[in-house]
Amino acid sequence: MSADPIVIPPIDWSLLAPFVSLVLGGIAVTLMAVGPPSWRRHTGHAALLVLVPPAWFLWRLGSSPGGAVETMSGMVVMDHFSIGFHALFLLTAALALLLAVPVLADARRQHGGDSAEYDALVLFATAGMMLMSSSTNLLILFLGLEVLSLPLYVLVGFSRTQDRSMESSVKYFLLGAFSTGFTIYGMALMYAATGTLDLSRLPEEAAEGSTLLMLGFGLTLVGFLFKIAAFPFHFWLPDVYQGAPTSVTAFMIAGTKAAAFAAVLRLVTSSPALWEGPVADEWARLLSVLAMLTMTAGNVVALVQTDIKRMLACSSIAHAGYLMIAVVTRSGDGVAGVLYYLAAYLFMNLGAFAVVLAIDRARGSHAPGDPIASYAGLARRHPLLAAAMALFMLSLTGVPLTGGFLGKFYIFSAAIEANLYPLAAVGLLNSALAAAYYLNVILVMYMREPQAEAPGVRLPLPLGAGIALSAAGVIYLGIFPGRFLEFARTLLL
Amino acid sequence: MQPLDLIGLIPLLPLAGFVLIGLPSAAGRRLPRPLVTAIGCGSVALAFALSVAAVAALAGLPEHHRSHQAVLGEWMGPLGLSWSFVLDPLSAVMILIVTGVGLLIHVYSAGYMAEDPGYARYFAYLNLFMSMMLTLVLGSSLPLLFVGWEGVGLCSYLLIGFFHSRTDCADAGRKAFLVNRIGDASFVLGMLLAWSAFGFTFDIREILANAPGVAASSPGTVTLVALLLFGGACGKSAQIPLFVWLPDAMAGPTPVSALIHAATMVTAGVYMVCRMAPLYALAPGAMAVVAAVGAATALLAAVIALAQDDIKKVLAYSTISQLGYMFMAAGAGAFGAAIFHVTTHAFFKALLFLGSGAVIHALHGEQDMRKMGGLRGALPRTFLFFAAGWVALSGVPLTSGFFSKDEILYHAWLANPALWAAGIAGALLTATYMTRLMAMTFFGPSRFDRHAAGRLHEAPASMAVPLGILAVLSLGGGLMGMPASWLGPGPFHRWLHPVLGAAESAASPGHHGPETLLMVVSSLVALGGIALGWRLWVARPGTPAAIAARLSTVHRLVKGKFFVDEIYDAAVLRPYAALCRGLARFDTAAVDGAVNGVGATAETFAHAFKLFHSGFVRNYALFYLLGAAGVLWYLAA
Repeated sequence: MSADPIVIPPIDWSLLAPFVSLVLGGIAVTLMAVGPPSWRRHTGHAALLVLVPPAWFLWRLGSSPGGAVETMSGMVVMDHFSIGFHALFLLTAALALLLAVPVLADARRQHGGDSAEYDALVLFATAGMMLMSSSTNLLILFLGLEVLSLPLYVLVGFSRTQDRSMESSVKYFLLGAFSTGFTIYGMALMYAATGTLDLSRLPEEAAEGSTLLMLGFGLTLVGFLFKIAAFPFHFWLPDVYQGAPTSVTAFMIAGTKAAAFAAVLRLVTSSPALWEGPVADEWARLLSVLAMLTMTAGNVVALVQTDIKRMLACSSIAHAGYLMIAVVTRSGDGVAGVLYYLAAYLFMNLGAFAVVLAIDRARGSHAPGDPIASYAGLARRHPLLAAAMALFMLSLTGVPLTGGFLGKFYIFSAAIEANLYPLAAVGLLNSALAAAYYLNVILVMYMREPQAEAPGVRLPLPLGAGIALSAAGVIYLGIFPGRFLEFARTLLL
Repeated sequence: MQPLDLIGLIPLLPLAGFVLIGLPSAAGRRLPRPLVTAIGCGSVALAFALSVAAVAALAGLPEHHRSHQAVLGEWMGPLGLSWSFVLDPLSAVMILIVTGVGLLIHVYSAGYMAEDPGYARYFAYLNLFMSMMLTLVLGSSLPLLFVGWEGVGLCSYLLIGFFHSRTDCADAGRKAFLVNRIGDASFVLGMLLAWSAFGFTFDIREILANAPGVAASSPGTVTLVALLLFGGACGKSAQIPLFVWLPDAMAGPTPVSALIHAATMVTAGVYMVCRMAPLYALAPGAMAVVAAVGAATALLAAVIALAQDDIKKVLAYSTISQLGYMFMAAGAGAFGAAIFHVTTHAFFKALLFLGSGAVIHALHGEQDMRKMGGLRGALPRTFLFFAAGWVALSGVPLTSGFFSKDEILYHAWLANPALWAAGIAGALLTATYMTRLMAMTFFGPSRFDRHAAGRLHEAPASMAVPLGILAVLSLGGGLMGMPASWLGPGPFHRWLHPVLGAAESAASPGHHGPETLLMVVSSLVALGGIALGWRLWVARPGTPAAIAARLSTVHRLVKGKFFVDEIYDAAVLRPYAALCRGLARFDTAAVDGAVNGVGATAETFAHAFKLFHSGFVRNYALFYLLGAAGVLWYLAA
């Protein structure tokens, strides 16, 4: 029995350039972290610069018409889907790094600790997200998932002096490891059922859905549903998001969710067998039930939160539910809706968390938590900050002229196109329910008397820039949806 | 870049001024006043310069290519809407008026508002207004025009209520806002009907191009669209029955009255009707309504103006009356004459308002003419400027108001002599009430408290220079629109001909009238009105009181502004308030009850759900396991 010779497939480096440049940049930032202290202070700025080359390569890829879109025997695919999601991830990373600059500076001042790894870890996690969205190969999907998850475990526990942060990190790690077992086992079963790891090469008879394939597909899906935080795999999320450092929560809430949705979409859109056949009807029915439960569970729990960070965390579960509706539609419009919603979602969440961060810094480390009550009278003391927060809350509620509104509009109209009336109806009812707790924040900021000892908020430049960029993004997407939507509609082509 | 491609910048420049002044103020930072002045006036000056350059470039094009579109970006793609602006001869006239007169009033404001603590806020609003007004006149589609339409309404509301510590100002702002809502509702209906009837497009040029086809098959639709749009114009341009907000709007700072409530915003309705002129030309019924409403407003407001004692109120009713003339012209098919009157009116009415501002400024805020008098000697410069506005508005031959009003009256005669009769009566009243205003303010014995007034002082240069420029324009600005029978059509009408000519000839009755005779009559009426006013209030000051006593019922009616406000109160506001109270009771009992019930139920659930969030990893893992088992059972079984 002679072994087949190993053939190294041709590699198209121009398609890999976004990843390669990002990872090399991440390594460079890591090296800065072991350099002299004067270097270490600037890892944040360096990391922001590191995002520029991948963005440039992406721009080149996006503006070049046609050409090969896959390399390494189809293990990496750079189509519009990848490019769109990569752009989201890079934006998320950029805003999250901006938010982290003052946090890390504070940490250095307070206990002189080294925090230079933070920025490198964000870059590596971003590379993981990008990998997750640009392959139909199960192994690469898994690799991306792990490259994303491992830095996050560390980041969640980054505030080593705070018990809550450590607790969150351990919880996230334990459940993450638990979930990874499901994912990898599911992938193995799918391989056993079909003989291929590349979903785009699934044999036609897979559409019939053998029990083995369905078990494998189900287990893989469960792993991603955990990352999405869909019911009933969502219980960890409020604890972890509340305990993590605020800048990390902001990164995760937008980035991880987008990456997990990208992976789920890759999983189900990769082959006609999973996207159209009887198998598809099965998972679509399952996901529509889970979507309704997810929205409702997230919103209902968010309703009674008194801590703004936990409230936003709970509400992010509900947003995952809306996004699941779009997946269930199984249409180009639905997928466009996912990308649009995620773009708006990234701006409004990072913006809101930037404000939370600013208020949290003003309150100081001696006052734990971020009670909504501490926002009382913010409009009087810091009218611009309050106005920005109000904008983010309105967008999260889905009020017209904000990106959040159009995102919901596209998703619900795609659901109605696909005759998913019950889903659309439950989604709309849930949006109304969500208004109760989002508008409450505005009410507190504008109608309540400020607390007597409320400290003044200082807004360092990176944080202010982050808020301004997010606000601009929310408004831009709310008023000029055309160009972005046009691109989003090409994702599946 | 050619100036024509930069027209998109014209509304953006004042918008930038608004942002630059407004943001720091909103954040609680106080910008130094010279900087506010520089940004506020500078942005408008740049917009004016750019407008002049663009219009010059437009004039260089052959006559039938004088229409240039510039697209800034897309807006609502599915509806085919973009941020696109069109410069044609009609919008060219408007942007020159808006930026030119606007610039003068900005400069004037720098002097007038110098002592006000809300200086930065004032200029921010004023810049925003300019931007919105320019969007209104340049917008290429009805929705974009409507953005400007609502935007100027908002700024008007903000600026009327500028002194928001005074309740009358706040109330006046609210009244203006609410009355305009009625008109706007009509406008929106008209816009949507136009969209569905004229080929599912919002673009004004396409609507106008499709209108003749629709008019052939269903003329009623065209008439309805024209009337609904005119309903919007009635609100914005203060015509019967929606004129009640404008007199109250005088509570705002005087330069605002000059800019927004005389020269520009209130003429937006006239502009809109002229912009849609080809549509109106297809709907003779709607034209008749426009003309009749205009004539009635012109006459009624002129009567009320005769009995007002507040100097700004006289000017406000005068504005309503003059707007009536403009609609009368449009309704008679003389769209060019309407725009010409918009132009000359912008000159002399801005002059009169700014002049009254100078008087009020000198008298430390006094607006009641019964406490003025004899200011001719104390404020000679202001008197001269004011007199220029007086003769122009009265229609003394060869002033700007003479040419424009005369043209309107001539076309009114051609359309229907009854319109002409109302117009000529209004002209007589106009000359009379303006002479009364002059007499009570500048002539006769002084009735103000010398000590309280302190030393009277003339306005500073920043206020006097704009007045001077406007005075020259009021006197000589009419020469650009001399009657066609003198030396052929004047440059103003030749300029507008490519846009309005077709609609005008379509609406014209096709015969000529005794133009010279009518001109002589109206000159005599203007001079007669001045003579009458002079006789009543200067030569024999006791007569008006005697007449008022003899005709006490009529006098009470006029003095009380025909009690239109009171009629509104009884017929609309009170029933509406009763309805609201009823609905509010229903709301608290049924709707709130239901909503609160849902909320309470949700909260109960939430507390139950919260129990699942125990914080223990083992529990979470268990839920996970159960969920995974459920998923597998569902998918594989």
